[in-house]
Order: sequence, then structure tokens, then C-alpha cells
Amino acid sequence: MVQLVQANFDVSFGALSDATRRGVLEQLGRADASITALAQRFHMTLTGMKKHVGVLEQAGLVTTEKVGRVRTCRLGLRGLQEEAEWIERYRQLWSARFDELDKVVEKLKRKERVDGRKKRK
Amino acid sequence: MDERRESEAAPTKNHTTVERRSERELVVTRTVNGPARLVFEAWTKADLFRRWWVPRSYGLTLLSCEMDVRVGGGYRLVFSHQDSTMEFFGTYLEVTPHSRLVWTNEEGDGGMTVTTVTFDEIAGRTLVVVHDLYPSKEALDAGAGSTGAMPEALDQLDELLVSLGSTTTQ
Repeated sequence: MVQLVQANFDVSFGALSDATRRGVLEQLGRADASITALAQRFHMTLTGMKKHVGVLEQAGLVTTEKVGRVRTCRLGLRGLQEEAEWIERYRQLWSARFDELDKVVEKLKRKERVDGRKKRK
Repeated sequence: MDERRESEAAPTKNHTTVERRSERELVVTRTVNGPARLVFEAWTKADLFRRWWVPRSYGLTLLSCEMDVRVGGGYRLVFSHQDSTMEFFGTYLEVTPHSRLVWTNEEGDGGMTVTTVTFDEIAGRTLVVVHDLYPSKEALDAGAGSTGAMPEALDQLDELLVSLGSTTTQ
């Protein structure tokens, strides 16, 4: 299942194949920016910029945070060459996975409790 | 009663650890707040499994998930990844309810990886250990994309990120 991490690497390369996206990374290297500001800077529509940022976000190169109506973008992780870093990526995959598993188990627990109560009645 | 109240509290996220135990082994450890039988259920029922196996942030869509969880039974997961699809498939070698699952991963080129998952219940919580044994060091490196097997594009990415990093600190 490590292949999923590999797939994520592929996403990174795809993200960097586009000149605008490389420009966005360079821009964010200087300062955090809103999607609106980035769209203006690169003479693009908001929708177009959202798409580019989405690709960078999927690749883990950019993180975004919405405060009120403004979505701010900043650089994600740096550098990938160390083994410790791919292990960290692998850990992040499993961590995200287990966080979702928690929710599933939580639901099962709740369901059991409800079913148990019904049975006792 | 106290125990019940505790389990109803907002779930806290436990820490996930990953260890490269040898050239061919990766081990992931995590405690899940629930009894082993429920955790095991979430690993062995396809409709539950597909709800957590692919984190949303990965940009992958799970197109189908078939699991025949019994010794000799197979599984097949199909994902859409950008414009193509990826498949993961293999066979269950051991199925011990609530405590142990072993399956093969047969999609790789360099031989078969064997995944062993154990579930240990301690006071209503379950310690999950996922152990991957790769056919070779190369297979692990190729799969995980560590230094030796990294494609050229990754070096370019490194250079870019290093230059971005130095811009930030100026």
C-alpha cells in the first residue's frame, strides 16, 4: 500500500509541470497570499486560480486556510530527499487513514449502544 | 458506567508511528478508541473499509472495493488517479477474527508484499500494528520513493523547494 504514497509523489510532479503553478509557489515563497490576490497577480479568473491551488494542495506543496470569506494560501512541506521525509509522508497517509477509521469505529460504537438499549426495552 | 461516559466523550486523535524495522519491513502502529471486534469489523467489511482507507486529501477516488475476507479469498481495490486507474489486489492468507489479518499485495512488479495486521485490545481500546514485509529492499524503496529510487523530477522539486525556502528566509 506504499504505492499510495508513490501516487502522491506523482501528483507532486504533475503539480510542478505547469508554469503558473511554479509561479504560484515562488510567490508563496515570498509571502502568504489569498486566492484572489494570486488570481490578480497571474491575470487569471478566480475559478482558474482555485483549480491551480487545488492541484498544489493535493500534492502537499501548498496548504490553505479559510478565514471568513478569504482563503489564504501558504507553502506546504519543503524538500523531499531524506528518508525521514518519505517516512513522514507514509506516516501522514496512515495518520489520515486512522483518523477516518476513528470516525467509523465511533459510529459502530454508537450504533451498538443504541441497539443495546433497544434490546433491553 | 464511568467507562461508558468516558467512551462517549469527544474522540481524541491518537498518535501514529512508522518505523522502518529492516531493509524490507515497515511497521505502522496506532491505538484506536474502540474494542477490537469493531476495529476488526471496519477492516473486513468493504462498506466500512472504503470509508476510511483512502484519505480525502489524497485526491484519489475509490471506484470499487471488493473484499472476500477468508483464507484464500481475494480483495481488489480500484482507484482513479488523475486520468488513469490504479488497482491493488491480493489474497488473504490468515483471518483470525478480532485479532489478526494477513494478506498479500500482488500488484507490485518486484514480487509480493505481505501485510500483517494485529489487533490487541487493552481496556476497551485497540492497538493496531500494520507490518509490511517487502520482497526486497529495492521493492520497498521503489514503492516508497526513497532516495535511491527517486525519479529525476523529485530532484527538480527539491531544488525548487530549496530555492523557495531561501527566498522565505530573506
